[in-house]
This record gives sequence, structure tokens and C-alpha cells, in this order.
Amino acid sequence: MRRALVLLALAASPTLAQSADPHAGHHMPGMDHGAESTEADKDDADMAGMDMFGLDQPQQSEADGSARGTDQPAGKAKAPPVIHDRIGDRYWDPAAMARAAEAEMHPPRPAYAKLTFDLAEWRAQRGRNGYAWEAEGWIGDLDRVILKSRGEGTFAGGFAHGELDLLYGKALDPWWNLQAGLRQDLGPGPQRSWAAIGIEGRAPYQFEVQAAAFVSDKGDITARAEAAYDQRITQRLILQPRLGLELSAQDMPLQQIGAGLSEIEFGLRLRREVVRELAPYLGVNWTWKLGQSAAYARAAGEAVTERSVVAGVRFWF
Amino acid sequence: MTFPELTRRRVLQGAGLGLGALAVQPWQPAWAQPVSAGLPTLSGEDITLRIARGALGLDGKAARAVTINGTVPGPLLRLRQGQKLRLTVDNALNEDTSLHWHGLLLPFQMDGVPGVSFPGIRAGSRFTYEFAIEQAGTYWYHSHSGLQEMMGVYGPIVIDPAGAEPAPFDREHVVVLSDHSLVHPARILRNLKVEPGYYNHQRQTLGGLLAGKDQPLAERMAWGRMRMDPTDLSDVTASALRYLINGHTPAANWTALFTPGERVRLRIINAAAMSVFNLRIPGLAMQVVSADGQDVRPVSVDEFQISPGETYDVIVTPREDRAFAIVGESVDRSGMALATLAPRAGMRAAPPPLRPRPLLTMQDMGMDMGGMEMEGMDMSGMSMRDGANAPQVKLGPGVEMINPMPMDRTGDPGLGLDTVDHRVLVYRDLIALEPNPDTRAAEREIEVHLTGAMDRYMWSMDGKTMSEAHEPIPVRRGERVRVTLINDTMMAHPIHLHGHLFELVTGHGDHSPRKHTVNVLPGGKVSWDVTAIEGDWAFHCHLFLHMAMGMMRVVQVRPMAGDAA
Repeated sequence: MRRALVLLALAASPTLAQSADPHAGHHMPGMDHGAESTEADKDDADMAGMDMFGLDQPQQSEADGSARGTDQPAGKAKAPPVIHDRIGDRYWDPAAMARAAEAEMHPPRPAYAKLTFDLAEWRAQRGRNGYAWEAEGWIGDLDRVILKSRGEGTFAGGFAHGELDLLYGKALDPWWNLQAGLRQDLGPGPQRSWAAIGIEGRAPYQFEVQAAAFVSDKGDITARAEAAYDQRITQRLILQPRLGLELSAQDMPLQQIGAGLSEIEFGLRLRREVVRELAPYLGVNWTWKLGQSAAYARAAGEAVTERSVVAGVRFWF
Repeated sequence: MTFPELTRRRVLQGAGLGLGALAVQPWQPAWAQPVSAGLPTLSGEDITLRIARGALGLDGKAARAVTINGTVPGPLLRLRQGQKLRLTVDNALNEDTSLHWHGLLLPFQMDGVPGVSFPGIRAGSRFTYEFAIEQAGTYWYHSHSGLQEMMGVYGPIVIDPAGAEPAPFDREHVVVLSDHSLVHPARILRNLKVEPGYYNHQRQTLGGLLAGKDQPLAERMAWGRMRMDPTDLSDVTASALRYLINGHTPAANWTALFTPGERVRLRIINAAAMSVFNLRIPGLAMQVVSADGQDVRPVSVDEFQISPGETYDVIVTPREDRAFAIVGESVDRSGMALATLAPRAGMRAAPPPLRPRPLLTMQDMGMDMGGMEMEGMDMSGMSMRDGANAPQVKLGPGVEMINPMPMDRTGDPGLGLDTVDHRVLVYRDLIALEPNPDTRAAEREIEVHLTGAMDRYMWSMDGKTMSEAHEPIPVRRGERVRVTLINDTMMAHPIHLHGHLFELVTGHGDHSPRKHTVNVLPGGKVSWDVTAIEGDWAFHCHLFLHMAMGMMRVVQVRPMAGDAA
């Protein structure tokens, strides 16, 4: 795949040379006034001297002081002060004007909301089939209340672990949001509560990125980073590689998590957008436990590496 | 989701009523009936318009609509220069409404913007506008309340000159371009807010790359790095909109008649809420004789781009006894508005196929510097979001870019039309027929940055929405000012100033073309000089959702102390 892309890049590079400015000659197809112009001679002279690069250079006629109308440069007069009145009050009922102005200047800010199930899937893996989900809902706009949830389990063994995050989000710039709040672990293991802080947004090259750090009520510190990329194959067929990293500052034997980089997850999912809001998918997903986490898994007789074939549906509303 | 549920239910009720009326009531006013029968219309000094819920038939489906006198578009107002007008609006909605007279010079308190020039027209009440008609030409009117314009509250205005017609013609037709959705506009806005690319089904794909289409890989990487999408030409596309001419879909084949050899004047108005059109009549040259209702020296073209709010009058002289297609292709080429110009009813010209979707270029980012486009791919040393390039702009989440090198693009034919092999109108072609009424030099310059962030669907001026800025732009009465609009986004923005005609700074001196709406191309800037008329005037992007999101200001024109009253 990667090699194919590199080959493509090589194949594509010569065509770059052709992408030069189509306006290089400042070809102006509409400039021909044809025979219709009647008394156009005078202005044709203006047109001939017209500065193709815009307004920054003075017109020819300006030099001899004969510039007319908009050909003259703007002066440097000062702006008048803003007057704090409403001139419409002179003609209309001031109370009615005030009401309408309030509605115009401060329209009710609608609360936008979206709930997305990025993953909702069935996982076929050796010996034990299972399920997993990852969802995020938000309400607001630049400031948001966010509810996130993720988890997984097996059909034989039941719900393994999951979590629920309640976060406040604040827009940092056009692409990134700061998120902070609480996370609650769910499931049969130790049900820790955590404080969470992180960022979510779109990185250069159009990667969807999330990164967060957590501190538990026991003082444990962990972190997580995830990135996904939507590669459109056709308008409706999308291949999504996604990578997740789990980190921990300490060994947490109860959760079978070791210090350091504890787990890597990589998935490749091919989805088809039936409509924007609904896209069934097929894919594969790998998880690798590392270091002490791998040792915990081995001791418990569990797999260190898991590979699943996944089938699910991505949806939002 | 974005608007109170109650509103949507009310709208549905309205649509239901419209459905019931489907069998008995024509969708369109008489002048817009499938075969144009001249222009029966509303004239005189006393006119009443009634705004009510209704429906619009779109290829057999009834779309909910808000209608004027029962139709979309509303009636043609045929007026005479110099006449007085008493226009009563009867609001049969259960929400406030308003009508704004787009392009007309009038006392500001009759301009029809709720909260700026008047209090609006409350549900169930009436309001009478009263003003004199100063100008001649082609204009239009529309609601300035909520999202009503997107639901059909618009109609054409034609004003006959008091004197001789400078561009005589044998026959005329009004051509109102618009867009209408089967989806409620509030839903469209919500979709854009939560998924900005929701309506774009023409993105670059891996399949396209392998087939050698669109950008080569390195260019895709460069755009990806900047988190920009070169296929983002229209926020809302044919996937949600039907493009209409006089309220008719292409299938309905609205037909304008002519007799071969006649000079036929087409008064073309873009009343669409969200769509820029490329207009052409394959096989016929169009002589542009008026722009925004103002006479210009005739200029022959084969195509022109028309943005929401703009009007162009063209004269065509079909000599053959055959049908011609009037094609209004959406700028993103996702669909077209289509009508027929024919010697007899029932004829139809084969419409041309949609042309391939163009791509935005580095020039649309303000980054075109000859060879730079190739070797300067990394644009080293150039920031796309350098606040120093626009100190007045507040760099927040709503500003994704500051144009590093704004260019005068008034010599460009518009997005996607730079490579067609026929004549395309550019703003610089327009030359006023009569000398400009005020040829003083501008006393100062006002720079306004058009800003936005597609990812968050935020639109503003100088980085602030109208609510955030709150303060108006102050101008002295009678002051001559130059306004320079700088586009800091990757979209074109048609900017409209109410109640004024401004002179474009395009090198035509005292014959500068006068307009009320000007399209500012991405990466571009446009300057105009204007003589300020007293009042509070709305000033905004005419892509309706951009205005609704805050790409709007009030221009406050006041006499200064010492001025004669």
C-alpha cells in the first residue's frame, strides 16, 4: 500500500509542472467589447493603460493629475466616531425597534448537537467472538458538553471493560478543542474514577486526533492517543486506518496494565456511506500488549496479541 | 435540532395546506407559467403582498415553502421610474416577516431589515412601505427575516425608465434563478454545522488519483497539510437543492418565446440563497447591457458568473427558428437550472452536459505568484494564518486563514471559468453608460476582511460575527469612502450594501460600473467607492447562511456636527 503510494507520487510529479497559473498571460476572455461599444475610444485608451496587477499602482493618468472618479487614490481622512443611537427610533416605536434590534443582534444561539457511533461492531477473534463500541455525543458549539463512551466484551465472557466520559469542550482554534472532565470505568474490573484532560481535533494532513491524560482516584496516571484518517476511495467508499496508543505511568496489576507503552491498537475499516449518517463497514483490528501488560496477560492465560475481523456500522444523528 | 421543534411542526402544517391546494392553485405567478405569456404582474402606486405558508412543486414533490401571494417566486413588481409606491405587506405567518427592496435607493426606514431599519412585521399584522421609485432597471425583493428567503420569499422588480430606454429591445423575459430544498433550511444549517462537507459529493478520491484525475499526489498532500479541500466550492449542492428558473425545475421546462430576429432582453436575477450560477445560452452571444440594474456599455459575452443578489440584463438576438437552452449551471457543477428560449411552446433544446467540477487553486488562497505554485509548494516562510497580515482581525476559532497576498481579481471570470474557450464576463468589462454622479476621490479607505472557518461553519467580518462586533461601521453623511473587501476564506462571498450603489474600482474612472452586490473571489479583494446616504444600512454576504451565521455589519451613516440638517 505504502509502496504503491510512493510509486504514485513519482508518477504524478511530472504533471505538477503543468499546474502553472492558467492566468499567467492574464488572458481575459471577456475583454473584447466587440463592435457594440459606441463612444468607447476614450475608455479603450484607459483600458490599454489599465494596470493588470491591480490597484496598488497608480493609473497612468494620475501622474498628470487628470485621474478621474475611482482612478484617484483614497485619502487618509479619519473615521467619525460611532454614535450610540438607533436612527430608526425617529420613525418607529422605539420599544418595537429595541425588540427587533435585540433579535437581530442577539439571535437565540441554537444548541447544535450530534451523537456519533464511530465504532459499533462485532469482533470475530480466535476462540471468542465479541463486540466493541466507541461513541461521542456533544451539545453546544464552540463550548460543548461532551459525553464519550467506549467498551468491549465477549459473547462468552460478557462485558470486559468500558468507560464513560463527561467532558466540557472549548474551541481553541479553527481545528482543535480542549476537553476536560471526568471518566468513570465500567465493567467487572476495578471501577476507577478519573479526572481527564485532553485535546481533540483535526491535525495537518487531515488526521482526526484525540489525546488525553487521566488521573485516577487512586493517584494512577495514564494517557491515550488516537489518530484516524478517512481515505476516500470513491465518493461513498472510505478506508479508515486508525491507531491507538495506551500509556501508563505505573503498573496497575488489578487492571493488568503495566507501566510505559502498554497497548497498541491498529484497525483498518472499509465503510460504505449509504447516506452520510449511516455507513456499514468491514475491517480488521489488531491489539498488541507490551511490556508488563503483556506479562500480566500471559500470567492470566490471555492472548498478548489479538487479531479480529470486524463488522459493524458507523452512524450519527 | 437547531430551531425550536414548534417551528418545524408549524412548517409541516403549512406544507400540508399547500399540498391540499396543489390541484387548484398554480405554483407560479402568471408571468412564470411554463410558457411565458408576456408579463402580467402587479403595477401601479398601490400594491398588496401577502406572505403565507405554502408549498412549491418540485418534479411532483411538494416542498414546503413560504409564498408571496401564494407563489414562488412572488409576483413581478412592474414599476415606472419616478412613480410613488405604497406597498402593503400582509403577514399571514405566525412569525415576524419583512421585505427588503434589493438594490433600490430609498429612505432607510423603508429598507426592510428588522432591527436595523424598521421593527419588522409581526405575525398577523400588516405594514405599509411608502417610497418613491428613483431608479430604472432590474431589481428584486426578498424577506430579511430568519431563513424565509431560503423558503421562497423573493420576487423580481422591473422598473421602466422615465426617459428613453438606452438598450432598446423587441421583447423581454424575466429570468429568476433560485434554489429550493425539500429539506428545511434549519436542517441544512444543522448538517453543515455538525458535518461541514455534508453536501459535497464531488471530493477528490483515491480512485480519481489512480485515474489521473484532479490534483496529483504532491498537491493533495500540500492541501491536506493545510487542512483545505479544493473541492469545497458550494456549501449546499444539488444533493439538497433543486435549481430553479422562475420557480421551475429543468424538467418543467419553463419556456420564453421569441420571434426569430427579435432583440430579446433577458432580465436575469440570482435570487438563490446559497448558489452561484454560470449562465450561458449555448449558440447565442449575450450582450450585457445592465448590471445590478445600472446601464453599462454593451459588452458581448458567451457566459457569465452570477452570484446571489446580482442581476444582469442581456440582449440576445436569436435568428434561427429553433430552441435554445438557458443554462444556469451551479458553480460546483453539481446541477443546473434550465429553461428554454424557443419560437414556439413545446420545444426544447438538448441541454449541455454538466461540465467537470473545477478545483480551487493556490490563487484562491491568495498564493498565486507565477512559478511559486510549483516550487513553492511548501510555501516556506508564508503563513496562511498570520495575524500581522490583518491586525484588525480577531484570530479565533472562527478564522481559519488570513489571506497572505490579497489580489485584485476583478479581471478574473470566476471560479472554474478561467479555462473555458469562449468569452466570459469579468467585472473589468463593465463600464457605466453614463458618467458617475459623484466623481470625488474617496476621503479614506475602510478595509473589511471576510473571515470564516469551514470546519466549524462560522462566518464573520474581521473575525467577529455581527453580534460579537456589535458596533456599526461609522460613516459621515455625504462622505465619499473607499471600501476594500479582502477575502480571507476559500469561498466566494457576494457582498451587498443596502440602499446604495457603489462604483467598482476597476480602472474606469468616472464611468465606473455601479453595483449593489459584488462577488469577492477567494484569495481576492475588491474595492469600491461609495457616497454615503443617511441611515442605518445592512451590509452582508448574500449567501444566506453566511449572513445568518454573522457575516454582516450595520453601516451607520450620520450627519456630523455642523452639517446642514
